[in-house]
Amino acid sequence: MTDFLDILANPAFWVAVLRIATPLILGTLGVLLCERAGVLNLGIEGIMVAGAFTGWLAVYAGAPLWVGVGVAALTGMVFGLLHAFLTVGLALSQHVSGLGITLLATALSYFGYRVSFPKVNTPPTITPFAPMDWLPVPILNAQTALTLFALLLVPMVGWVLYRTPLGLALRMVGENPQAAESQGVSVAATRTGAIVAGSALMGVAGSFLTLSAFNAFFFNMVNGRGWICVALVVFASWRPGKALIGALLFAFFDALQLRLQQSGDAVLPYQLYLMLPYLLSILALVLVARKASYPQALMKPYRKGER
Amino acid sequence: MRLERRHETSRMALVLAPIGAVVFTMAVSALLVLWAGAPVGRTYALLLQGGFGSVFAWSETLTRAIPLILTGLAATVAFKARLFNIGAEGQLYAGALAAVAVGGMHGGTGFELSPWLLFPLMMLAAAVAGALMLLGPALMKNKLGVDEVVTTLLINFIVLLGVSALLDGPMKDPSAMGWPQSVSLQSDLELGKLIAQTRVHTGLLWAVSLAVMVWAVFKYTVLGFDIRAVGANTRAAAFAGVPVTRTVVMVALLSGALAGLAGAIEVAGRTSYVTLDMSPGYGYTGIVIAMLAGLHPLGVIAAAVFVAGVLVGADTMSRAVGVPTYIADVIVAASLIAVLVATLLTQYRVRMKK
Repeated sequence: MTDFLDILANPAFWVAVLRIATPLILGTLGVLLCERAGVLNLGIEGIMVAGAFTGWLAVYAGAPLWVGVGVAALTGMVFGLLHAFLTVGLALSQHVSGLGITLLATALSYFGYRVSFPKVNTPPTITPFAPMDWLPVPILNAQTALTLFALLLVPMVGWVLYRTPLGLALRMVGENPQAAESQGVSVAATRTGAIVAGSALMGVAGSFLTLSAFNAFFFNMVNGRGWICVALVVFASWRPGKALIGALLFAFFDALQLRLQQSGDAVLPYQLYLMLPYLLSILALVLVARKASYPQALMKPYRKGER
Repeated sequence: MRLERRHETSRMALVLAPIGAVVFTMAVSALLVLWAGAPVGRTYALLLQGGFGSVFAWSETLTRAIPLILTGLAATVAFKARLFNIGAEGQLYAGALAAVAVGGMHGGTGFELSPWLLFPLMMLAAAVAGALMLLGPALMKNKLGVDEVVTTLLINFIVLLGVSALLDGPMKDPSAMGWPQSVSLQSDLELGKLIAQTRVHTGLLWAVSLAVMVWAVFKYTVLGFDIRAVGANTRAAAFAGVPVTRTVVMVALLSGALAGLAGAIEVAGRTSYVTLDMSPGYGYTGIVIAMLAGLHPLGVIAAAVFVAGVLVGADTMSRAVGVPTYIADVIVAASLIAVLVATLLTQYRVRMKK
């Protein structure tokens, strides 16, 4: 018990929580934008890998860090466009299209990595984002600018969703596309825009791993974080504020298991601690399921004039 | 852009669509070969040769196809009922582990079973273990409306960590020099070779028979009818008196069991023990195979052999011209997307106007 309190009293713990939460916040907001417009995007896992790779490759090739983030966003947008073409344009199964994109984006990234560095065992490193130690806020000043960006993005996404005509249109096509169309909103254009913007955020979420949390690209570095984001959106009932809370809560448990694992007298195999985040995600899904208010048109393709 | 439904679709188009899509994919992937600085023609020739060019190539391809047929069937059964089982990877490991628990941990003095009894027990344990992995997500979907894609995906991670813990602990082979590797199956439980001096084992016969059985279930049984009805429209099926929950449970058990058997047959036919890298993503590739096959159980065999050939051929090709083997994964994933589009175009025509 004292161990536990010691962990909580240590600022380094809370620094870790915020760091672990950052890619989850970005990815969850990305999924949220897509789903609010009525489209599931299971491409996230692969898009994060691709963003992590291209962002890092750009910086390795000499681009400034923020350009790397931009490249990652652009990579996400390209895959987002593909997903939009398949699910909005052709009305294919959103599940299958998303999984296909995850497989394709992952395979392309690994292929690109091996072509760029054929005989390398330890990946070459870059100089990642520096912590914002000029900031007079404890804990936050141990983070990089990308974390600040993620935190600021939460109210911004909330504002766009609930306070702008654009957000209204986006939510409408996710709830009732027929009604939106009759109000002169283009369902296809709005959905495509939401998917592309959301996928850009997924790309940035991936680039956080290579440009801020670590300084190189590793195989399996995304390791299920994308799927966790998909679960977090349900947990958050599709609300940006709750998404932030969910991501922080999740990161809290993840950081905790890491420290419990290290605290010496571990009675249980370390794998059980590693399972916790996944078990918690499933538990969250079950607990929230009953009152979950899915966007009504989620996963329902919309074809003009068809009902 | 809008889609108009075609009045009729020829059988010819349905067969040619996937083939055309794969050819298109290979053509686009040639850009990647050029990026890697290899000659396109030679690379593809080596790829085909490595996968299908000799008896040895065929034996390796068929060996690789065995688990893929089974995970492809697992995906087919589930997807037909619109139960998106993405958990075949975890179910495969659960099956493999159960097989070893029955066929390798068993024994010792005073408690010996004849292999004639033990082999079916081992297979049954694997099927049950795989089925149980999917039962929870299926019920959560049916009763609570929890999206099964996310739950089955998350369970994959949980199962793999569980396998890792068991391979470090109770199921660890003490003679494995510290490698996380399970104890081995009793040698009399291993599957025989189909062709001497190769790795193809009689698991191929199991996989093909199961494909035929699944096809027969779809075509000739009430369950098959119910599965298609639930998959086409759950609400309409319930209204028409199809027992939806029971059907979903049956589908979950069948799909999970097939994936579990994939793990047991891999262990009994090839590795004889469980390691954490025994499956290079067979569960996920099975989804692609099911889609390439248009969810047809017999088509799964062809799709699995094709994908296995590409994966095996890529190894040979990579050694010869140095193009990374990941190109095989790119071709497989891109084929999936291209086939989806091509199949759609056999049913709809695209009009480019407002």
